[in-house]
This record gives sequence, C-alpha cells and structure tokens, in this order.
Amino acid sequence: MLRIETERIGATLFVQINGELDLHTSPAFKETVEEKLIQYDFIKHLVIDFTNVEFIDSSGLGVILGRFKHMTQRGGRLSAINVSAPLRKVFELSGLLRIMGIYDDRRQAMGS
Amino acid sequence: MTSNYLKLKFPSLPQNVGLARMMAASFAAQLEFTLAEIEEIRVAVSEAVSNCVIHAYPVKPGLVQMDLTIKHNNLVIKIRDFGKGIVDIEQAKQATFSTEPERMGLGLVFMESFMDDMGIESQPEEGTTVVMKKHPERGSANAGLSRIS
Repeated sequence: MLRIETERIGATLFVQINGELDLHTSPAFKETVEEKLIQYDFIKHLVIDFTNVEFIDSSGLGVILGRFKHMTQRGGRLSAINVSAPLRKVFELSGLLRIMGIYDDRRQAMGS
Repeated sequence: MTSNYLKLKFPSLPQNVGLARMMAASFAAQLEFTLAEIEEIRVAVSEAVSNCVIHAYPVKPGLVQMDLTIKHNNLVIKIRDFGKGIVDIEQAKQATFSTEPERMGLGLVFMESFMDDMGIESQPEEGTTVVMKKHPERGSANAGLSRIS
C-alpha cells in the first residue's frame, strides 16, 4: 500500500512516500504529485523523501523519471533524500543516479 | 535443506504484483539468503510479474502462474503467462526499450542482474515463460558446516 504526504515550502515541494512503489501504487504517486505541480505551477524543486519506502522496482522508477522530466521541462529539478542501501542499488542499476541528486536529508537537498 | 515447492495461480492484476513478491520472499527465506539477496529476489519477481500484467493481456486480465522450487540449496522461480508473447526477445532485453513514455523498460535487465541465472522463452500469441535461479552466497561459502538454529 502507499501513503503520500506533501509539504510546500516556497518553490520547493517535499513529497514523502510511505510504503511500496510498484506497478500498482505508482499511478497514485504520479497523480498526487502532478496535482500539486499543477496547483503550484511555480514549484522549481521537487524533493522526494524515501525514508519510509520499503520497496521500489522499475515501475516506481518510471514515475520518478516522469516527474524528473516534468521538472526539467519547467526549468526545475528533482532530488531524492534518505535513499536506503537496497533502494540505492536499484537506482544505480537504472542509471538514475547519474541524473538525479541524492542527498542525506532535506538541508543537503535544499543547499545543493 | 529438503526440497520444497509452491505453485500459485492468479489473475494478471497490478495488486497481485506485491502479493507475488511477498510469497516469493517468504518462500526464499527457507534458504540462507541474506536480506540483500531477498530484496533482489523481490525486485526480480516484481519485474517478471509486472511484465505479465503490462504486456501479456492487453484486453483483459489473464492467468499468471508462479512456481517456486527449492532443490539442492537453489531457488528456482518460474513465471508463466499464456498471453501475447514477445516477438523479439533480444530487443525486449535492451535497456530502456519500452513502448510507454513512463516505463523504463528495465524489467529484464533487473531480472538478469539480480538473479544468478535467467532464461526467457516466448511464442507470439502463446505466452511467455521466465525461469530465474538463485542460490545463497552465504550458504555456498558455509557448505559442510552445521547450521545452528
């Protein structure tokens, strides 16, 4: 199952994902984030918090990449924070580490 | 470790992807896989079953069969559908080959990377079978030593 919490601070949208991000749950993540990006069209930095993400596969990575593309198109960026070792392995294999910033916490992501 | 098996049949629904990987992980825990290896098995199964959901039955859900076997300290996972099939398996194996804009097309790449062995057979309009194998590295290293439980 998936639960998503969002918090906007200025032009930064923080998204905390709780649960598993796979084929079944990815559409809900995409819908929630897109809704916020449309509501706040001035958002320039999307920060995704993976602290409570228990699982991710290529379907989950696909929607992350989709949001990365959206942010790039609007001249913004996407960062990830608190990516655990198992998740980092999946990110690494996908090549997303080469294009996304991954940080230890919010402060590092904001200061990047 | 004595031999064991588990056979599952379920419809190709997205909500069954998580169920399939949970069953595979629980079954795999009978062997001495590390937590990292169990996570790899979860990803591989998730990818294989997701492929059945996404590609095998474009019109309505169809049957997915997952057979889990333990034999001689090896885990064997066979995932089979009876759907559309793959016309060009080599092309499908190429990373980022995907017909959808938000799909990374990395399922087969992950399966090959995370399992010790992965084979795929497919016939158009007859279905696809994926067989993946993995053995615990720790179990191999400690072969011959008694297991303390």
